Amino acid sequence: MKAIYILWLRQVIRYFRTRSRIIGALGQPLLFLFALGYGLGPIFAKAGNGNYIEFLVPGVVAQSILFTSLFSGIDVIWDKQFGFLKETLAAPVSRLEIMLGRSLGGATVAVFQGIIVFLLSFLAGFKPKNWESIFIIFIMFLMALFFTSLGTAIASLLDDLQGFQLIMNFLVMPLFFLSGSLFPLNNAPYVLKIIASFDPLSFGVDAIRFLLTGTTQFGLPIDITVLSICTVVMVTMGAWLFSKIEI
Amino acid sequence: MNQLSIDVRNVSKIFKGFTAVNNISFSVKKGEIFAFLGPNGAGKSTTIKMLTTLLSPTKGEILVNGFNTQNQKNEVRKSFGIVFQDPSIDDQLTANENMRIHAALYNVPKEMVKVRIEELLKFVDLYDKRNELVKTFSGGMRRRLEIARGLLHTPAVLFLDEPTSGLDPQTRNSMWEYIEAINKENNMTIFFTTHYLEEAEKNAQKIAIIDHGKIIAQGTSKELEKQTKTKTLEEAFLKMTGKKIREDETGNEIAKLRMVMRHRQ
Repeated sequence: MKAIYILWLRQVIRYFRTRSRIIGALGQPLLFLFALGYGLGPIFAKAGNGNYIEFLVPGVVAQSILFTSLFSGIDVIWDKQFGFLKETLAAPVSRLEIMLGRSLGGATVAVFQGIIVFLLSFLAGFKPKNWESIFIIFIMFLMALFFTSLGTAIASLLDDLQGFQLIMNFLVMPLFFLSGSLFPLNNAPYVLKIIASFDPLSFGVDAIRFLLTGTTQFGLPIDITVLSICTVVMVTMGAWLFSKIEI
Repeated sequence: MNQLSIDVRNVSKIFKGFTAVNNISFSVKKGEIFAFLGPNGAGKSTTIKMLTTLLSPTKGEILVNGFNTQNQKNEVRKSFGIVFQDPSIDDQLTANENMRIHAALYNVPKEMVKVRIEELLKFVDLYDKRNELVKTFSGGMRRRLEIARGLLHTPAVLFLDEPTSGLDPQTRNSMWEYIEAINKENNMTIFFTTHYLEEAEKNAQKIAIIDHGKIIAQGTSKELEKQTKTKTLEEAFLKMTGKKIREDETGNEIAKLRMVMRHRQ
């Protein structure tokens, strides 16, 4: 337990110490929020779908969580290259504890990041209809833990960041764009709907959207069930691959 | 009482058909300073990784402080400290934070943590810098911090993987002063790897020379001098590796390849 706690704390300290990273990671979600929110807002309204900013905020919150948590999982590669991983692997603690400590830390940081984006969305004129903050944070945390574990799983298989662009373009971006973060899935073509329903992010966005604005695609019980199962599976997989790391 | 700190019996490590370590055996007595000498790629790092439970041997058995590295991993890990060849401190944290993480990972009793950290940081002359980020530290300071950290949980054996590589002569000298003090004051066993013959001769009571994954000679520095009748590292190795290649008709692919290359020249 002590080991899990201290490795969690390490991730959190590192996060608050690198302000440039916090601000850097806000850029993209805010750009989406302002550019797409204001740019597509009138068309969205004309098509009879209501307020686009309201629709978009859960999407960009989810995006900031996706990016922050996935990359904090991938941080394992840095620790492999810059050595800190060895310090933990040679210590009398299990690999599972190391992986859990890191992942919980990464997930906590990602939730912080999501909350900052959420609060900044008020500047864009967002007014949530509901305010079930505890529950929203729980959903955010589930998503964050899923993607941190996914990042850890990927990082366990790679030795350096050569494949970074590949991960970015063929995993992170598709996860985001095909999740229903930016457009409603109910009128989307059938194929797109099917693809989106294989994307765990879809369920996270849907749950947050329901909790903030009352609209939903899959329904909250399904969202939570799918997210929970995905998270458990991914944490297990990440832990297993992490335990196989040889340095 | 088992007076051997390290006992390596017929250990081999094979990576996908490449034999990195080939049937080595040696032992280190409690309180001894032992040098593992060899050129780059000889199998030193692989051996130290096996000794520290980071790699499992393909064949053979290793005991560290009487514990088996394969089925008593946690006991082994508690009983040694290690200073890796590459830095393994988090340079975005302070010296003190790095020490505290180590204390938590090794479950150092709460009431001892503060005292030990202060004592050790003073010992390596970093106490004044304890709240500074490690990224502002020089190479020598980082290495000193790693030594202090490796000693935090009062291990019985300290492993040092090329402790002085990349350091200037002054720092190298002071590093050895620290290491010798640790060895004398606590009767701590020191196992270090190096590719400097002088360093091994000067500091170690016993030396093992490894090349192409095999231990080709071991003993005190005097015994080794007698065996090789040479004074410099280059001569010693030329002589020893030359001998090894003639002996090694089968076995190691790389050795064979080298033999072919030499015949061509």
